[in-house]
Order: sequence, then structure tokens, then C-alpha cells
Amino acid sequence: MITIDNLYKRFDKLEVLKGVSLSIDKGKTAVIIGPSGSGKTTLLRCLNLLEMPDKGTITLGDKTLQITENSRLKQGEIVSFRKQTGMVFQSYNLFPHLTAIENVMEGQVTVLKRSKDEARKKALSLLEKVGLQDRADMYPFQLSGGQQQRVGIARAMAMDPEVLLFDEPTSALDPELVGEVLKVMKDLANEGMTMVVVTHEMKFASEAADQVIFMDDGVVVEKGTPDEVFNATKNPRTMQFLNKVAER
Amino acid sequence: MFGDERTERIIGILSDSFFPILKAGLQFTIPLTLITFSLGLILAFFTAVARISGFKPLVLLTRFYVWIFRGTPLLVQLFIIFYGLPSVGITLDPFMAAVIVFTLNKGAYSSEIIRAAIQSINKGQWEAAFSIGMTKSQAMKRIVLPQAIRVSLPPLGNSFISLVKDTSLAATITVTELFQKGQQIAAVTYEPLWLYIEVAFIYLIFSTVLSYLQDKLEIRYGRGVAK
Repeated sequence: MITIDNLYKRFDKLEVLKGVSLSIDKGKTAVIIGPSGSGKTTLLRCLNLLEMPDKGTITLGDKTLQITENSRLKQGEIVSFRKQTGMVFQSYNLFPHLTAIENVMEGQVTVLKRSKDEARKKALSLLEKVGLQDRADMYPFQLSGGQQQRVGIARAMAMDPEVLLFDEPTSALDPELVGEVLKVMKDLANEGMTMVVVTHEMKFASEAADQVIFMDDGVVVEKGTPDEVFNATKNPRTMQFLNKVAER
Repeated sequence: MFGDERTERIIGILSDSFFPILKAGLQFTIPLTLITFSLGLILAFFTAVARISGFKPLVLLTRFYVWIFRGTPLLVQLFIIFYGLPSVGITLDPFMAAVIVFTLNKGAYSSEIIRAAIQSINKGQWEAAFSIGMTKSQAMKRIVLPQAIRVSLPPLGNSFISLVKDTSLAATITVTELFQKGQQIAAVTYEPLWLYIEVAFIYLIFSTVLSYLQDKLEIRYGRGVAK
């Protein structure tokens, strides 16, 4: 489903991704963990081209992008590649001038050209799925962080993406609201949605991930099943990171 | 303060002049304001977008334009266009000259308001719009502009109301708008104090109605904002 080969990205002098390669199968959930500054969010944002990689190859679904230092993609190519993905942001980024249901309808109507009725129907069923059908007509400022993030997930799902990307979806939430978001994510994982999740929630990683990817300093240090990474790692960097997280 | 006869005369002049002055306002001041404000907004929008496009020639061009029209007096701009251009063979009808100058002037000021409003919208809004497959222009139109309009309404309202009053400068290039009409009547009746107070009062009516419209617009675009 997703294959990344030798991906590089730098911001000015700072090299953030130094040759990242990995692959994720269809219907599986990959969780990317690692210390801050390790490049995991940048990697995720390269997957939907919110950041343009400097070089490397990304295959997503049936589209392959070979990026070299000289390539300049047209907006149309970027958009059609990006349409295969949906993204859930750390700070939700709901559209504040639209109600919850309008947030979920917007892309369907504007981008997919669905009729308003059709979009509304789909939006309602998605809001129901994330447990918010009774909040459909509320504006984002009237919702809690956890509710906003669940609307964010519904908004991403509404576009029928091949892959859902989560960028630290619970990091901005009050601790008591984390659970409701993780539950929705677990349900999606169990239904066979392909997901890539950047998170610090180790419990979620061990329970929901098919593959755990540990990144540090711009490279993939280790990848494997949760059991392999969390319980049987031999890699000193992985061990050091896991110990630090466990101390919290 | 005055004899009865004097008071009666003033009341007579004011009531006779009220409708001619109001009519001049409705005929010239209001159309001039509405036309130049609308054209100015369109110009301002494209200027603002050009300015934030990052495309060097466009950025320089729009900066130059804003620099000229903000840095010189409106009155001087009117005189150059109306009294100056005929010497190079371009003669404009006074109303037309006023429309051109006010549009260019308002466009320059409003472009800065619109630019600031667009740039005040969080980068995450663009990214969220892109993440659901929108193009740049879709994201601008559907997500960023509706929010930017809300931010820009109070300063644009200010600029709109100052335009209503600025149109009185068109009197200097012979447009018989509200103020010019008042001047004419004052000149024949020798009651400048009362006539100009009447003129001020009519401007006040116009501004009040327009502020009311601004409030309505703010409510309309204020959806989704915590009260």
C-alpha cells in the first residue's frame, strides 16, 4: 500500500530525513514513535506532500512519485496524490466558520462534487460513527477538544481516503479526553483502515499497531511488531528511548 | 439669541435646502461611495493576493502602487487626474475622475487590510483544506476568505465610512455632490453656519445607515466565533 524508499528532506541547513525507507501493507496500522525532532512528523507530512521531500520515492496505492532535486510537481499532480490520503492534525484544524457537519461535508461538496444531500447523509453517518451525531450543528468552539478531534477524523474519512494519517492526534488533548479519540482510532484500525499514526501513546501503539516504527535523528532505527519493538528489542537506542518514556 | 424673523428665515432656508442637498447626496455621494468602494475592494483583493504571492515582479508592482497612493494626499491625486491630465490630452468627466481616484486610493489602503486579514488566518487552516484535496484557490475561497472577511470587516467598515466623508473632496473637481450643493446654497443665502451644520447632519445620517449595514455584515460573518 505504502512504500517509501530512501527519502530525504532538509529545512535550510537542518537535515530532517536522512534516507528513510519503509513499507506498510494495506489494512494495517503503523505507529511511528521516536523523540521529538526525530523527523516522524515530517515523514508523515511528506506522505501527503504537505512537505515536499527533496528526493526519494513514495508509492501510495497505484501512484508512484519519484522525486529528485530537480523535480517540480504541478499542483494537479500534488492534489491527485494527496487525495488518496486523509489527515488528522494535532491541533484539529477544524474550519471554525463551519458547523461540525459542514466541516465533514465541505470536502465532499467542493472537491468530490457530491450533492449536498449525499454529502450530508455521509457526514451524518460518519458523525454517528465517531459518536457525535447529536453535535452535528455545533460550531467547533462549542465542542471539547476530544469532540473536535473526532470531527477531524470524520472530516478525513469523508473523502474515502486509502490511508489515514494521524499527526500526534491526542497530544493537545486534556488527559481525560484522550481515551475517546483513541477508541475511535482503534475501531478504525479493527475495521481494516490503513493508518499511519505518529504518537507518544505507547499503550495505543502496543494494542493497535501491526507495525511499530522507531525513528531517531532522521532515520528508521528499528521496525517490527509491537512485541518485537517493545519487549524484545536489542537496539540500544530503542531501549534508551523506551526507558525514558517509561519513566514518565 | 435671534429675532423671530431671523429664526423663521433660517428655518425656511434649511427646510428648502434639505431635499436638494439630500438629493445631491443620493445622486452623487452615495453612488460615488458605493461604486468606488466596490471597485476598490476588488482591486484591493487582487493587490493583496499579488502581494502575498511571493512572485517578485508582482510584489514590487503592488508595493509601488500602495506606496504612491498612501503616500500622497487624496486631494492632490484628484487634482492631478482632473486638472493635470488634460494637459497631456486626457480629459475626464468629473464624476469619472473621482471614481478613478477614489478607487485607486481606497484600493491601496484596503489591500493592506485584506492582506493582514488573510495572513492572520492560521497556517493550519490552509493545511487542513489541502489535506482534504483542495487546490490553493478552493482553499482561499472556501476556507480562508470567509474567515479573513470576518477579521477585516471592522477596519473595512472604518475605511468605508471615511470614504463617505472623503467624497466631499470631489466638490473640488466640480462634482455637484452633497457638500458642493451645500456650498452653492450657502453662497446665495449667506447662512454658512446653519447650512454646513445641515450638510454635516446629512453625512451623519449616511454614515449611521452604513454603520448599521456593517453591524449586520459582522453578525453574518461572525458565525462560529465564541461570543
